[in-house]
Amino acid sequence: MQHDDVIWDIIGNKQFCSFKVKTKSQGFCRNEYNVTGLCNRSSCPLANSQYATIREEKGQCFLYMKVIERAAFPAKMWEKVKLSKNYEKALEQIDENLIYWPRFIRHKCKQRFTKITQYLIRMRKLVLKRQRKLVPLSRKVERREKRKEEKALIAAQLDNAIEKELLERLKQGTYGDIYNFPVHAFDKALEQQDAESESEEEEEGEEEEVETKTKASRSKGKSPANGSAVRKKRAYVEIEYETEPVAKSRATS
Amino acid sequence: MDITEVPVSQDNKGKKKKNKKGKKKSVSQEGNGESGGVDTKEEKMEKSEPAFPPTFSVSEIKNKQRRHLMFMKLKQEKRKQKMQIKKKKKKEREALGDKAPPKEVPKTIENQRVYDETTVDPEDEEIAFDEGTDEFSAYFNGLTNPKVLITTSDRPRGRTVRFCEQLATVIPNAHVYYRRGLALKRIIPQCIARNFTYLIVINEDRKVPNGLVLCHLPDGPTAHFKISSVRLRKEMKRRGKDPTEHSPEVILNNFTTRLGHSIGRQFAALFPQDPQFVGRQVATFHNQRDFVFFRFHRYIFKNEKKVGIQELGPRFTLKLRSLQKGTFDSKFGEYEWVLKRHEMDACRRKFQL
Repeated sequence: MQHDDVIWDIIGNKQFCSFKVKTKSQGFCRNEYNVTGLCNRSSCPLANSQYATIREEKGQCFLYMKVIERAAFPAKMWEKVKLSKNYEKALEQIDENLIYWPRFIRHKCKQRFTKITQYLIRMRKLVLKRQRKLVPLSRKVERREKRKEEKALIAAQLDNAIEKELLERLKQGTYGDIYNFPVHAFDKALEQQDAESESEEEEEGEEEEVETKTKASRSKGKSPANGSAVRKKRAYVEIEYETEPVAKSRATS
Repeated sequence: MDITEVPVSQDNKGKKKKNKKGKKKSVSQEGNGESGGVDTKEEKMEKSEPAFPPTFSVSEIKNKQRRHLMFMKLKQEKRKQKMQIKKKKKKEREALGDKAPPKEVPKTIENQRVYDETTVDPEDEEIAFDEGTDEFSAYFNGLTNPKVLITTSDRPRGRTVRFCEQLATVIPNAHVYYRRGLALKRIIPQCIARNFTYLIVINEDRKVPNGLVLCHLPDGPTAHFKISSVRLRKEMKRRGKDPTEHSPEVILNNFTTRLGHSIGRQFAALFPQDPQFVGRQVATFHNQRDFVFFRFHRYIFKNEKKVGIQELGPRFTLKLRSLQKGTFDSKFGEYEWVLKRHEMDACRRKFQL
């Protein structure tokens, strides 16, 4: 015989219920067959002979009904009814199964079923969107890489490398005629260019020679960007020359 | 004292400093297996080390203190020998004077580097042909102008935002757009439609940029890097004024292998083909031991032998994680190269770029 009131009297207020979780304002019921999740006289699955819930398993919803005649066999106590995937049909199914049951339980079951379908829809939508992949970092590896990076930085000697590269480009004439430097540099550059034996370069070399020898050798002022100031000095040399196509990106080793 | 056990004889080798001389003498007279005839000689040169390397290794001694002492002695012995050799060499060198052989070059990781068979020969025709027909050929032939879109992962924080802005000033013709939860796969067709050539996505973790995806747009290769040690402009010491709008020159250092070559070309294609020398700005990508260091400087030639450089602009280091053939596609993409730590980091002298 199941005395609901007696059971509730004991577990509800006076003594211990292992499913009850109390917070300041409210009590919750952790029983997995609870419809609402709160600890109430009408929502307690232990203290109600006539009880039903909705539970979801791998995207499929089931209506569970308590058969109190089998209270002695708790494992076989709950009757399972598979609900259809169609929302309206499922609601009808709930209605027809719980046809003469109290209003409260029918209502709460339908509410729970709605909530469940909503979150299933949201899950399906999220899968289609961008998933964020979390890649674990290994602390040892990170530490090692950091140290390697520091050592590589020291070995790289960046400033020297950049300066060397820039000076080389200057020597090879990629800057054309912007910079005006004393004679012997140009002679050096000329020797290199002559060795390559391209006629254009020889012409250019001659032009440069003419220009520089006519001027006092002066080291560059502050701003080579003032192309105008430089150009004024060699106004009287009117030779058309072409600047070579700039091979700007060169992978040097 | 009549001890014939082997372990005790092992002690003897080490414990000259302790009070075991008595034991030692008796044992050595017996001539035990491992130490052999050494012990008799040992008596005579009590305070000095064994004349020849012992036939057992230090690790066989079970007692920690004794093992430690033996090891220290071994080390001292080795050090002494090394010093002797050095002194001898120095004397020889001084004696020879000018005729001395040139000093040996110290070994560095760079000159001990394992030879990589994919190293590019500057005159290799196959590579020249490949480069003439790959995805960057259009750029290198001057047909397209680079247009770069910089964006971040979702909800970027302050540091990343500032980093993006500074990158946009460094790279000419770059635009920064915020992500707002859009999927990359949908952004890419739109970018192609608007003639962007490059897409840069900066990934952020814990308010700090830590990843960079560099995607060449009309279905070009996608490179994924790890960013480390980002320094923003205001954290730089002795920096100059802000970079101007002139297009900078590009320096690519040390990209030797095939893979390095293709990455180098990717970097080069970010910047416009004709640099404006008036601006005197240079962007450097320097590869050292698989780390690519990015720097942005302003230079000035003081005379033909000296150039002064002043750093402006952000600096960061990149490490290549993967290179993918098509545009960004993490699920179905065809990966040309992926960093596999176990294989590739096993040897300290082997580098990929």
